[in-house]
Amino acid sequence: MNPDGVDTFMKYADSCSTADYDIAVQQLPSSATDQRIQLARRLAAEDSSTDLMNLDPVFVAEFANAGWLAEVPEEKASEITSSVEGEGDYLAGAAETVVWDDKVFAIPLWANTQVLWYRKSLAEKAGLSEEDMQQVTWDQIIDAAAENGGTVGVQANLYEGYVVWINALIQGAGGAIVSDTEAGRDASIDLNSDAGRAAAEVVQKLAESDAAQPDLSVSNEGTVLGPMFAGPGEFMVNWTFVYKNYEGLIGAAGGPADKQAFEDLGWARYPATVEGEPSKPPIGGIDIGVGAYSEHPEFAMEAAECITSTQAQVDLALVNGLMPSTNAAYDEVANSGDYPEDLIELYRTSVDEGGPRPKSAFYAMISSAIQQTWHSPASVDPDSTPEESADYVGNVLRGEDLL
Amino acid sequence: MTSTAVPAAPAPAQKTSGRNTESDRLKAENRLGQKLVAPAIILMLIVTAFPMIRAIWLSIYDYSLTAPDEREIVGASNYITALSDPLFWKATGITVLYMVVTVAIELVIGFAFALVMHRVIFGRGIVRTSILIPYGIITVVSGFTWQFAFSYQNGFVNGWLPFIGDDFNWFGETTPAVIAICISEIWKTTPFMSLLLLAGLAQVSEDMIEAAKVDGATWWQRMWKVVIPNMRAAIMVAILFRALDAYRIFDNIFVMTNGAEDTQSISFLTYRQTIEQFQLGMGSALSVLLFLSVLLIAFLIIKLFRVDLAQARQEG
Repeated sequence: MNPDGVDTFMKYADSCSTADYDIAVQQLPSSATDQRIQLARRLAAEDSSTDLMNLDPVFVAEFANAGWLAEVPEEKASEITSSVEGEGDYLAGAAETVVWDDKVFAIPLWANTQVLWYRKSLAEKAGLSEEDMQQVTWDQIIDAAAENGGTVGVQANLYEGYVVWINALIQGAGGAIVSDTEAGRDASIDLNSDAGRAAAEVVQKLAESDAAQPDLSVSNEGTVLGPMFAGPGEFMVNWTFVYKNYEGLIGAAGGPADKQAFEDLGWARYPATVEGEPSKPPIGGIDIGVGAYSEHPEFAMEAAECITSTQAQVDLALVNGLMPSTNAAYDEVANSGDYPEDLIELYRTSVDEGGPRPKSAFYAMISSAIQQTWHSPASVDPDSTPEESADYVGNVLRGEDLL
Repeated sequence: MTSTAVPAAPAPAQKTSGRNTESDRLKAENRLGQKLVAPAIILMLIVTAFPMIRAIWLSIYDYSLTAPDEREIVGASNYITALSDPLFWKATGITVLYMVVTVAIELVIGFAFALVMHRVIFGRGIVRTSILIPYGIITVVSGFTWQFAFSYQNGFVNGWLPFIGDDFNWFGETTPAVIAICISEIWKTTPFMSLLLLAGLAQVSEDMIEAAKVDGATWWQRMWKVVIPNMRAAIMVAILFRALDAYRIFDNIFVMTNGAEDTQSISFLTYRQTIEQFQLGMGSALSVLLFLSVLLIAFLIIKLFRVDLAQARQEG
């Protein structure tokens, strides 16, 4: 399992164990890249000890194509596939992540998404009303921050988090990084488009703006947290853990000074790349997969269903701030009163209407090629980066260029 | 060298039986020796030769772990792609830069440390231990330590350097990032260099130094004309070991920049192909090229110093 929600996982590993089997927990490294590598090493070696695993959504296509994941049984699979069409209990965005080649290879557990976090006082100072914030664009928040001494926090280190941002920007402009991904190495590369250029314009604008944080080129989910309650504050795109994180830091270093300062924390839908075009918030989270080399796939699948139960999802949300993947669990979390109602609704809409990263057996190559051509943010040029990036991704996929 | 073990000419007739006995004994000893080392050789072949042969074999494939059905033989295509790709040469260039800069600086500082360790009279144990501490630290840990030191948020480097702004991001551009990586590497491995040089210093005859002193040679003259020439073999070994090690630089880059800002070395490029991208064919081709580069560097350094290693071991 990944290191999020360990205590809740331990509890469910215990309660989902039966007379036939015990669930033992082994923790994966903290970064998604390292998690993927460690799981892949085991699975490539046909390690039968890995029965259940936490999968970042972008791993599912890769692992399924490699033959490392067992298929989810028919009944559960049809519940998930019907949810993709909006007819089941799973949120469409979350259900979509576990389908590869029309088959279901994992069960969604928690569904992460990004929203725009900001200091209400900073937005107010910039003349952005709460209504403006609900459909704010990247241009608006960069200008607002730059003119009022604030910053805009994004994830732009040379890592997967940067691709999350680029993908959301491109999708927010109505485009995509690649399409027809089931064609493998012959997928269609759609980066060199108006959407690609619109995304590059946002990256360039922020990198050249006073709103850029000094460590923009190495920023990640953790480094962007600091400036929120220091000085005039910031606008920041980040995952759902932020709310519980700042709530737990009231009065502590790096957090809001007191409860009143915490109430200055605002949230809104992910900013739009193009005015008038709905944004596509990133989707993350964790799916539970069963290893293809498991000696007891039936038991493992039974345990996977137990660990992804509604109650487990509710507990993960309330205790660890990890949002559910089903509507039933969302309703319970909303009723608990632990989160502001509008925030819960924002999460749910963001997952439902968000944009997944490309599903491909070669996703790691696509992602790395984009990182190489779009990093550092200061080097991004809308006139050349999307085109160079498209050429490079294509060449890398065809094995003609090194990565 | 080996000439002491084998008789140069046929033995005279009257001593044939004695020589035969000696020869038989030598042969028997040889056979016993071979039997004794056989398990080690077999083990070495398994752990060293097998992966190398497998890497060569895999390098002729277009093979991605996540698309096993699309595996196919492509011959030398991976090598051609690698050698004709600017990224490969950029990584090679930066790797050579890391190697030359770090080894040159380490040689100078390491020699100074070796002199201190050699001549120190009081607190010898503490001085030697203090100098060697960085080498006892795992490279990844040292990488993280220096990454924090250079961080504009919680590092001390920006505060100590008056000509640099407090919010200067060392990892935001190639040159400062390379400097940071080199400093971490130098800090970590200079003690190793000084250890090897200390061993060389210990072998320089005190009589020669005394004789030079009597002849009126200054400290510099004694260093340049007596000590350093007599340490040539030790210096070569130190440079050879560190150069090969530096050419495989990986950990500091992995921790400090993750290869960003054109700081990735050949080892890092190989790691990314094989481990991150699961491209076993291309990754293996790069591994083979890395292996050949290391062989070439070793060959060049040995040629450059014109040191007979067997003589250096006093076997001649």
